[in-house]
Amino acid sequence: MNPKLTRRRFIKGVIASGAAATSTTIWYTANGQSRPAGAVERMIRININGQMRNVDVAPQETLASTLRYKLGLTGTKLGCNRGECGACTVLVNDIPSYACSVLTHSVKNMRVESVEGLESANGDLHPVQQAFVDELSPQCGYCTPGQVMSAVGLLRSNPNPTREEARQGMAGNICRCGSYDSYLNGVMRAAQIG
Amino acid sequence: MAYMHIGKDFVPPDVPGKVTGRIKYAEDYARDGMVYARLLTSPVPHGRVVNIDASEALAMEGVFGILTADDVYPDGEPQSPGLKVLTNEPTLMGEPILAVAAVDEKTAENAIAAIELTIERLPFVLDPLDSLEEGGANAYNGGNTFIFRQGFAEEKWTSDQVESFRSGNEPTAEAQQSWEYGDLEAGFAASDFVHETTFSTAGYPHMSMEPRSAMAYWENGKCFLHGTSQSLSAIAEPMAAIVGVPLEDFVFINEATGGGFGQRARAGSIPSMAIPAKLSLKINRPVMMRVSREEEFTIGGARQGLQGWIKVGFKSDGTMAAMDMYCVSDNGGKGGGGDANSAAAGVSALYQTEAMRFRNTSIGTNTGHRGAQRGPGENQIMAVVAPILDKAAEELGLDRLAIRKLNAAQNGDVSGPRSTPFTSAYMPEALQQGADQFDWEGKKGRSRQTNGSKVRGLGIGQGYHNAGRSGMDGIVRLMPNGRLQVHNGIGNLGTYSYASTSRAAAEVLKMDWENCDVVTGRTDRHLPITSPQDGSNSIFTNTRTCFGAAQDLLAKMKEIAAMDLGGETADYDVDGTRVHQIADNTVGMTYAEVAQRGIELGGKFSGESDLPEELNTLTTLSVSRLAGSALMGIYHDPRHSDNPPGFTVTYTEIELDKETGKFEILDMVTIAECGTVVHPQGLANQLRGGAVWGIGLSVLERHLYDPQNGLPASSGYWQSKIPTYLDTPAEIGTGWVDLPDPENPVGARGIGEPAMGAVSAALNAAISDALGGHLFDTSPVTTDMIINHIAGVSEEAKPLAQNNFRG
Ligand code: FES
Ligand code: FES
Repeated sequence: MNPKLTRRRFIKGVIASGAAATSTTIWYTANGQSRPAGAVERMIRININGQMRNVDVAPQETLASTLRYKLGLTGTKLGCNRGECGACTVLVNDIPSYACSVLTHSVKNMRVESVEGLESANGDLHPVQQAFVDELSPQCGYCTPGQVMSAVGLLRSNPNPTREEARQGMAGNICRCGSYDSYLNGVMRAAQIG
Repeated sequence: MAYMHIGKDFVPPDVPGKVTGRIKYAEDYARDGMVYARLLTSPVPHGRVVNIDASEALAMEGVFGILTADDVYPDGEPQSPGLKVLTNEPTLMGEPILAVAAVDEKTAENAIAAIELTIERLPFVLDPLDSLEEGGANAYNGGNTFIFRQGFAEEKWTSDQVESFRSGNEPTAEAQQSWEYGDLEAGFAASDFVHETTFSTAGYPHMSMEPRSAMAYWENGKCFLHGTSQSLSAIAEPMAAIVGVPLEDFVFINEATGGGFGQRARAGSIPSMAIPAKLSLKINRPVMMRVSREEEFTIGGARQGLQGWIKVGFKSDGTMAAMDMYCVSDNGGKGGGGDANSAAAGVSALYQTEAMRFRNTSIGTNTGHRGAQRGPGENQIMAVVAPILDKAAEELGLDRLAIRKLNAAQNGDVSGPRSTPFTSAYMPEALQQGADQFDWEGKKGRSRQTNGSKVRGLGIGQGYHNAGRSGMDGIVRLMPNGRLQVHNGIGNLGTYSYASTSRAAAEVLKMDWENCDVVTGRTDRHLPITSPQDGSNSIFTNTRTCFGAAQDLLAKMKEIAAMDLGGETADYDVDGTRVHQIADNTVGMTYAEVAQRGIELGGKFSGESDLPEELNTLTTLSVSRLAGSALMGIYHDPRHSDNPPGFTVTYTEIELDKETGKFEILDMVTIAECGTVVHPQGLANQLRGGAVWGIGLSVLERHLYDPQNGLPASSGYWQSKIPTYLDTPAEIGTGWVDLPDPENPVGARGIGEPAMGAVSAALNAAISDALGGHLFDTSPVTTDMIINHIAGVSEEAKPLAQNNFRG
């Protein structure tokens, strides 16, 4: 089975969980209110950045909401909250995925990695992060965590991409500052030092 | 000149935080007891709120309060077309009417759904020409235009006048605004090639990646606002006024901003940040207001669209002898702008037009909030004019580079209606450097070469923006531990100029960058005033202030050394760690020692007296709060004269497929002419990012509205498509002339905006070249326009139409 968490699977997941989803109403619920009657189990364990975390997750809650507002992992950004921009990209079982378009309940048994999980225990930056610093890849930085995660995912599946392969591999992440060229420089440098 | 820091790369202090996700944008903050606000926005493009019944909503569990326009403007809403915090008189679909705060967003949304809003629907209009035509709807309640110092007014043309303009003729109605210089008639009489056409350029949203979310709370009478802005200290006073709190009780916190591009430079274009501040005061809790992508589209700003007529004449040698330009500018439902004026001034600056007339009329439409967007005016018009320049070259038998060199601005030249001199200008050098780097001579023969269905096109584009202000303040402190603190009030929107301009201070004191700290990110860190970070000004403006403040500090260091160790101040120099006698460098004091002495001496040395006259209110407040803490350098920058230009040149080669109308950019090189280069990596980023924006303007971006209901049809990234990795070249060549400007202490001028204009010009010129010199006279030139042209299909939409398809 294709492990990719597609938009289609997301929508199917929403339907299965009994919650209606539109692009504008997938909002974070700050506490345990609004629990629908007969809801599925809410306290779940998920593997985030190598740690098992217990978290109370509403049925229609997106992974981006869980990461940002339940677990305080605000490195994952929301640019559109509807699968258009890639700012929210995280890795789910090594596959770059839009966390705004993934239901947290659907990743219960999977490995989730966000930008916060990349640094080594001694604080060294991941090679992609270091390369992005060296190449001054970010401008405003808002798309950067998503770009970092896409690059990490790309290099895991293709450690020595050509520039064209990197361009294709990163194409799910938009950057309004237009720093694409600088990010590609970073990806190519990371592949070298990786 | 050999510098320690200027012209060298470095790691700006916020970059590690950006790659680790640790740096915080407004929405990343949380506060104990924080509640959430959601907006009720206008369901119609033009209306008047008759009644709001929120009784059911306010009775709901978990709902804390409501904020309406009546709360914000108890004496009535300001009568201006500017964006309001909240309004009862919406003039664009999605304009915020009220906000509700609740325990969570879901509850707030449920409460909003329970509010009964009675709104009177008013006639709306999407196209300025439809509004100009007699009997056409007006976008505002008081008319369809706003006249400075007079208010709303109605501007109407006869149907024949509108029809004639749409048919390609010079508008005959009197314009609201005009200027001219030189002898226009004589210029056209002396011209051997005259081109006359109507043109249109589309409006489109800024779409910064970070929506303008904001969070606010109050503590001990002070308002703390986490927001998003291009500017930092320049926002403080006007934003405090919008919130309604004295400047000294207002703290604006903004470590990082997820993009601005002109629309977050000034408080008036982001008044929505006051909503959580005012709600928080009302309900006595911290309030987070997250803004959605659709809301960002609506209130997040858009470029002005232009509908225009242009006539341009060239002499036989290629000199641009005369230009006559008449624009109708789209002011949208809110805001407005000076794009048309900048467009005309930009042509004058770039092409040194000998005689020129500019006329403009600005008309509102019930479409997106307009305001400055990266190179407002200049960048649109260059995309229209560059292909015309090529047409002139072709008709006159001239080389395309030669005609540009002939008309290029250089030292001693002037531009605009007031004949303002440039502080310096090296456009011929930039053109030649670009030609060499791109290999124009080697490649130009490939113009219009075909290979099956593919055809090559080459283009040269030029960009310009006035790029530098003055009259701001600087504060630096030498700390008792010997470190230098550079207080910098520029915002952090990704140009890194907050850090790179601070290095001008380190340069003066010959200090290693490791021993310097940039103090910024929130206004209670006591920042000097600076200009709003727009208009490509920061590099010029803030190297002046940082340099000046460091010079003041240096003078004080020498004075203290002379006082304590003997001799005159002129006998002393610094080496980065010590101030010492020039004759005997063993006689001296460390920076830490001299800082300590400055504090002991007090008075002017530690910011307690003898402050420069004309310091801004905010700077004075900041200095008063820092006084006594360090040896301080404080500076008020006098005004400079003349126009510091930012110039760019782009060369590009494309291959266009005549079967699909699509093209690939094979090569692209952009050269900057922006004085001495301060930060090469930052400059390269501006050039590359500007190129991406230029591609968007040239061939992709336009917003669209449904003509029947006024609904925005392009509120997302994919509908008003911004360029992606796959729309842009895998590599964009960059370079710079790097010649110093005399009006800046390190020789620098700005570049952010022209970085885009040269690319949009070059790309449109290349498309025109590939199509045998066809002029679309429009931006963007979309794939459907290209394929329609190739197929010989005439455009079906109304000529010059704005905010909708043009065919
Ligand atoms: S925030 Fe998820 S794709 Fe934009
Ligand atoms: S760096 Fe600003 S959106 Fe990518």
